[in-house]
Amino acid sequence: MTPLDITGFAVLLLLALAAAAPLLRSVRTLQIPLAFSLSAVASLAAVVAGVMTVADGSVASATMSLGIPGLPFHLRLDPLAGFFLVVIGLMGLFVSIYSIGYVKGYGGQRSITHMICFYTLFLAGMLLVVLADDAYFFLVAWELMAAASYFLVMYEDERAENRRAAFLYLLIAHAGAIAILLAFGVMAGQSGQGGFDGYTFDAMRTAHLSSGWATAAFFLAFFGFAAKAGVIPLHVWLPEAHPVAPSNISALMSGVMLKTSIYGICRFVFDFIKVFPWWWGGVVLALGLISAVMGVLYALMQHDLKRLLAYHSVENIGIILIGLGLSMIFASFQLPTLAALALVAALYHTLNHAMFKGLLFMGAGAVLHATHERNMEEMGGLIHRLPWTAPLFLVGCVSISALPPFNGFVSEWLTFQAFLLSPALPHPILKLLIPLGAALLALTGALAAACFVKVFGVVFLGQWRGHQKPDHIHEVVWSMRSGMLLAAITCLLLGIFPTWVISWLDTIPEQLCGGRIAESAGRYGWMWLTPIAHQRASYSGPVVFIGILTVVAVTWLLLHVRATRVSRVPLWDCGFAKLTPRMQYTASSFSMPIRRVLGFLFAVREQVEIVPHTNHPAMPGSLQYRLRVRDRFWNWLYAPQGDAAYWLARQAGKLQHGHIQVYLLYSFITLIVLLVFLG
Amino acid sequence: MAHTLAAQINSLLAALILLSAFALLAQRKIMGLVHIFAWQGFFLALSTAVIGFASGEHHLYISSLLTLGMKVFLLPYILYSLVHKLKIHRDIEAVVNIPTTMLLGIVLVVFSYHLTAPIRELSNLMTRSTLAVALATVMLGLLMMVTRRHAVTQILGFLAMENGLFFAATSATYGMPMVVELGVALDLLIAAFIFGIFFFHINTTFDSLDVDQMAKLKETD
Repeated sequence: MTPLDITGFAVLLLLALAAAAPLLRSVRTLQIPLAFSLSAVASLAAVVAGVMTVADGSVASATMSLGIPGLPFHLRLDPLAGFFLVVIGLMGLFVSIYSIGYVKGYGGQRSITHMICFYTLFLAGMLLVVLADDAYFFLVAWELMAAASYFLVMYEDERAENRRAAFLYLLIAHAGAIAILLAFGVMAGQSGQGGFDGYTFDAMRTAHLSSGWATAAFFLAFFGFAAKAGVIPLHVWLPEAHPVAPSNISALMSGVMLKTSIYGICRFVFDFIKVFPWWWGGVVLALGLISAVMGVLYALMQHDLKRLLAYHSVENIGIILIGLGLSMIFASFQLPTLAALALVAALYHTLNHAMFKGLLFMGAGAVLHATHERNMEEMGGLIHRLPWTAPLFLVGCVSISALPPFNGFVSEWLTFQAFLLSPALPHPILKLLIPLGAALLALTGALAAACFVKVFGVVFLGQWRGHQKPDHIHEVVWSMRSGMLLAAITCLLLGIFPTWVISWLDTIPEQLCGGRIAESAGRYGWMWLTPIAHQRASYSGPVVFIGILTVVAVTWLLLHVRATRVSRVPLWDCGFAKLTPRMQYTASSFSMPIRRVLGFLFAVREQVEIVPHTNHPAMPGSLQYRLRVRDRFWNWLYAPQGDAAYWLARQAGKLQHGHIQVYLLYSFITLIVLLVFLG
Repeated sequence: MAHTLAAQINSLLAALILLSAFALLAQRKIMGLVHIFAWQGFFLALSTAVIGFASGEHHLYISSLLTLGMKVFLLPYILYSLVHKLKIHRDIEAVVNIPTTMLLGIVLVVFSYHLTAPIRELSNLMTRSTLAVALATVMLGLLMMVTRRHAVTQILGFLAMENGLFFAATSATYGMPMVVELGVALDLLIAAFIFGIFFFHINTTFDSLDVDQMAKLKETD
């Protein structure tokens, strides 16, 4: 079987599951395990096909006799598509396993069939997006993905908040889809082919666009994909929609769906347009930097666990765009090796972000499942209650904070390498400005680490802050644990063996920008990663991992080899004998210093209200602290548009009088006017 | 010779159709309106038959018979029985008073002649001169719908418009293809039934057939 056949099997299996979901209802006990294990099988098939395609660097295409007359569905599986198949498939596999346990929690309350149907359609839509090889099929798949995820965001639809979030998501997704459609239209119109032939991707690859049209097509496409990816300032739907979706869906949306837009940008820039001025890359780089820094700052201000993770997706999409932007700049100055390095960094981070963000959302889902609470201020000390989830969540935290030996470090390090090689550019201003970006990226990494210290410390460490006793909290079921465990192991492996991953990935930059880096990156064997030359920089995942293991082992031995007795006594309370868990360091207090320094970037409203004691006004009775941090972009960009649309609608509403004669008069006058002008 | 005679007869019938269109605008009684509508249908059927005879397009005879059956007998009968069942014999109210409506109507007829002037130059059909009348009938029907408050008069305006369209088709191209004509006739019949059902509903909901009452359905601010 060719990889394309295997992928076709995966898609068909998913579509069949979606169709059969209502029939499965009759076998109630088997419904969830059967459906999700079959979608795990389909995802695994996609992974296999993707790994094979990228390893061979093979290109396969096919045409289906579906679609509109003159434009049948074209399919194509090349290394770029194969790589995204791996991203989608791996996360699909882990999340499907996780869902077996997670969805069971909804049993009896909500329609499981609904969940299975849209879940499988969502996965199938994502696979088809990367397989599509003509504009029409691409948009069909794109909309399938958007619509299925809309219904999944709406899954808990009895709350107005969820409906609002889902609507906002749908609105922005469609604004983006229209821009993508227009971009395809520009490409097809300029390809010089008649009929529908211009809409195949093959025609777009060979089209020769004038620079003006190419710029229009690129920016339309970039706007469309950025809306889906949540690039600032188009990010507002992301922190609304991700928290309200069921956690397995948030893991897929944040980990994988956002990546399809990275795929789209890569496809558009490196595959279709190929020759472009450097300032396109500059725009992408600048937006990436803004998204990275602003995303992490917003994340720091949140105390809703899933909302915080959603803002981190904005940050990580920013980091990926930084890599892509650098790659575009290098490619436009004819530096293929450096372009390949930056592209590999971007793609590697794409894969890594999918893994650790999926892991973190699954972990957040496990916490939610156990505590029924999203507000971090009501949690604490969960490491005792959730002995499996806590370390797995910690792996995710370490990965996203870009600390060795996990995967986040490798890709951010590669991005830094790309930054540090920018003096090779033959452009004096870029030489000066681009290293500043490296400083911003470093700031992002530090802030992300701070943010996850806050998350892990507040949620898992310390003592339980909630009002009710945490006796009802138990560790989650095995399938949820194994989904997270697999993702955590993947994070570790991707961090320890980067050389293998890069030599596997190497066919993609070779086809897209004509450069390879595997040879130089793997010159010193699988132990050492040397992206350009070992004199410049080298990193060894295995050595760092073994070093950390040694330090941990030695420490453990030193602590436990001597049979010292550990005696537990009450904490020293400074003489104030009424310490309660509510007096612990909170998430808000942790982020307060950063809020003080960088608060001007947000709309922060802090209120302190002191109710004096009845005996004497000098004695405070109770104190209330209210904090509201809002996105400035909402008031700057979105609220005016909403108001304008409402105003226009009200003006148009004045036409409605309720008198039939008046309506008829409108037609009459229109008729007469048309007759006067056209007659 | 026969053609000139037929063209003259046709012009006379066109004049009668226009006259009946004005009569529809001037009439205040509902029953009177129904009668005038039946007469308009009769002139239309006659004119279609004359054109069919003169041009040798024999399918126009069928159209003519269809028009006679539908517009002279069936639709007036339906309207007649509706008016009886709903007990609406009183005078109808106009939004604009009748003399002004008539003046507007005259303006519309002049406008129609002005519009069709270039077509008269180009066409060589014997019916070319009546196209203006057909267009005027359409506009007068629409004017009637705009200026009358009562639901039944609006339907009559609509049906008069349809008469005008039919007349326009015969004068401009010697009629539409048979299939289209049959379809339009069927549509008209169904429309009449639907209107009948709506009348009952409007009447029971608002206790009146004054369409101004429907302003209550408007979305409030």
